Amino acid sequence: MNADELLIWARGPGFDLALLVFVAGMLLRLFEILSLGRKRDLAEGRGCGAVGGLRTILSRTLPRRSVFLKEPLRILNGYLLHMGLFVAIFLFGPHIDFFKAWFGLSWPYLPSGMVDAVTAVTLLSLTVALVLRMNNPVLRLISTSGDYVAWVLTFLPLLTGYLAHNHLLLPYTWMLALHILSVDLLLVAAPFNKLTHMFAFLLARWYQGYQAGYRGIAS
Amino acid sequence: MSAPSVEKGIRFIREQIDAPVASFFSACVHCGLCAEACLFYTQTQDPRYTPIHKVALMRRVWESEFTLWGRIKSALGLTKPITEADFTEWETLVYDGCSLCGRCSLVCPVGNDISGMIRKVREGFAAAGHAPEGLIGATTRAIEIGSPMGVRLPALQAQIRHIQESTGLEISLDRPGVEYMALLSSMEIMNFPEYLEAIARILRQAGKSWTISSKAFEATNSGIQIGASDLARVLVQRIVDAAEELGVKMVISPECGHGYTAIRWDGPNLIGRPYKFKVKHILELLDEFREQGLIQTQGLEEARLSFHDPCQIARKGGVVRQPRALLGLVAANFVEMSDAGAMNWCCGGGGGVSANERADALRLTAFKQKKAQLDALKVDTLVTACANCRITLEEGLEANDMNIPVIGLTEMIAEHLVETDRIEEKSA
Repeated sequence: MNADELLIWARGPGFDLALLVFVAGMLLRLFEILSLGRKRDLAEGRGCGAVGGLRTILSRTLPRRSVFLKEPLRILNGYLLHMGLFVAIFLFGPHIDFFKAWFGLSWPYLPSGMVDAVTAVTLLSLTVALVLRMNNPVLRLISTSGDYVAWVLTFLPLLTGYLAHNHLLLPYTWMLALHILSVDLLLVAAPFNKLTHMFAFLLARWYQGYQAGYRGIAS
Repeated sequence: MSAPSVEKGIRFIREQIDAPVASFFSACVHCGLCAEACLFYTQTQDPRYTPIHKVALMRRVWESEFTLWGRIKSALGLTKPITEADFTEWETLVYDGCSLCGRCSLVCPVGNDISGMIRKVREGFAAAGHAPEGLIGATTRAIEIGSPMGVRLPALQAQIRHIQESTGLEISLDRPGVEYMALLSSMEIMNFPEYLEAIARILRQAGKSWTISSKAFEATNSGIQIGASDLARVLVQRIVDAAEELGVKMVISPECGHGYTAIRWDGPNLIGRPYKFKVKHILELLDEFREQGLIQTQGLEEARLSFHDPCQIARKGGVVRQPRALLGLVAANFVEMSDAGAMNWCCGGGGGVSANERADALRLTAFKQKKAQLDALKVDTLVTACANCRITLEEGLEANDMNIPVIGLTEMIAEHLVETDRIEEKSA
């Protein structure tokens, strides 16, 4: 298989399949969670659960002051890598062209030089996250092989995208093919590791916030 | 009831896994920030006390039985089964190193109620026969005697008699048709009877009719602390039966943190139906009396004082504003400690830790968190609203040679109460 064939497969049938697994897998995970159900709170409430749920979905985006002061680097780095991923994935011109071709939706994009710089910063941020994970005693204890797999799965598309855009290391077509393959891999694996947090955080915040809102307590 | 076993423990853990728990594990990114919210971690720097690590066994059950990938791994023999050794290893983390204070749940960036999960996983540990001796003893006494400290009715009657003789106040047992039924914690009966005198004076002045049930005067619920819902249900049912038999409109939860969440939140869910009466914490009630002008105070405490928010009352109970409003009546020099209110640091003795002698040294180490808060304040007096916090604080202060008296807020309000000679009880 040459580079062109690999690229055609990766962005064609490969991507189709990966997207199918991603969507079906995430729906399965959602079903696995929701089908367990939860018991109604029979205690007399003080407020509205739904308002509390929505409030916590928003409010938990900001850290508590006392925890932020203890771990500013870990928290700021967390924001940085999430915002960096967002910019790199959704505000890069060729990606938007790709989305438009696939889903018919498009939106304004940032200059490619800016996305390139953000990608470099995000790669650095992911590296910092890895170094923290491997050196902080708490993170080392609670980390599983899944955490490192998820890290690799996230790092590879970003790295290959950066290399392809800058024509580094391999001929462009090869690197682009590898880039899209790594995206395919990420899509296939995401529903089966902690990357499910991309949707599950909404449920988790909702459930805690719902109970807190109903009971009239902090969340 | 079948004998404790690993299988039973796993089954009980499995039964606790619902949609919220599954969403929490699905959302966890292992960021470790919960450790920074936990006084057992911050004061020991032992990573095993990271809150999310304490529910690792529950995570294993969830992953291997409630996810497709986990089930495939289990089928291929790639999952490590949970063993007796696992329960032994985690027992001290789940009971000794967690006061169920709930601070971790408020800092988790993805919104996981970790403390709620630790409460749930204790069901499995109790069923596996891995609960601490101290808590087993307390729960057994609660079921058999009616009090985790073994306080029997004659002890309460003696305290009532003593208060009646020294003050002339009337405290009745089992009086039907009254408005309120007051609960007490054993700690209050034995160590802080001034609470009982205080509510007797305040309720008399407010013109309220009230009573104490001889069948259910105990507010604490060791069943919840140990993680045995069947026993917790028995303890709640006693209170519900007594309150409904007496026909009271409201049950007053005393200055006891977990006693409040037990009767206020857990109770109806344990017995499977809403109550026919309301439940309020004494501070909620006192603040209502203040708003309605039913009680007046005179004089001010000149001492520099602060308020220790009991976790179950402030963070998990939502009673944060009321103690401040009440202190506003009587304290001239009130100062807030750092992280006051819903984010306050635990005294270290909640969640059954103070009933677990094995955890004594760890609890005193964790107390350094409270010590740091107090050192920064330099207060003369500490006020709180939980008898268990109070005894834990007193022990911690003594161990650190800190001479700060700890006072219950209800008692402080009663000391400043304007009392008139004859108050007619308003009908319920």
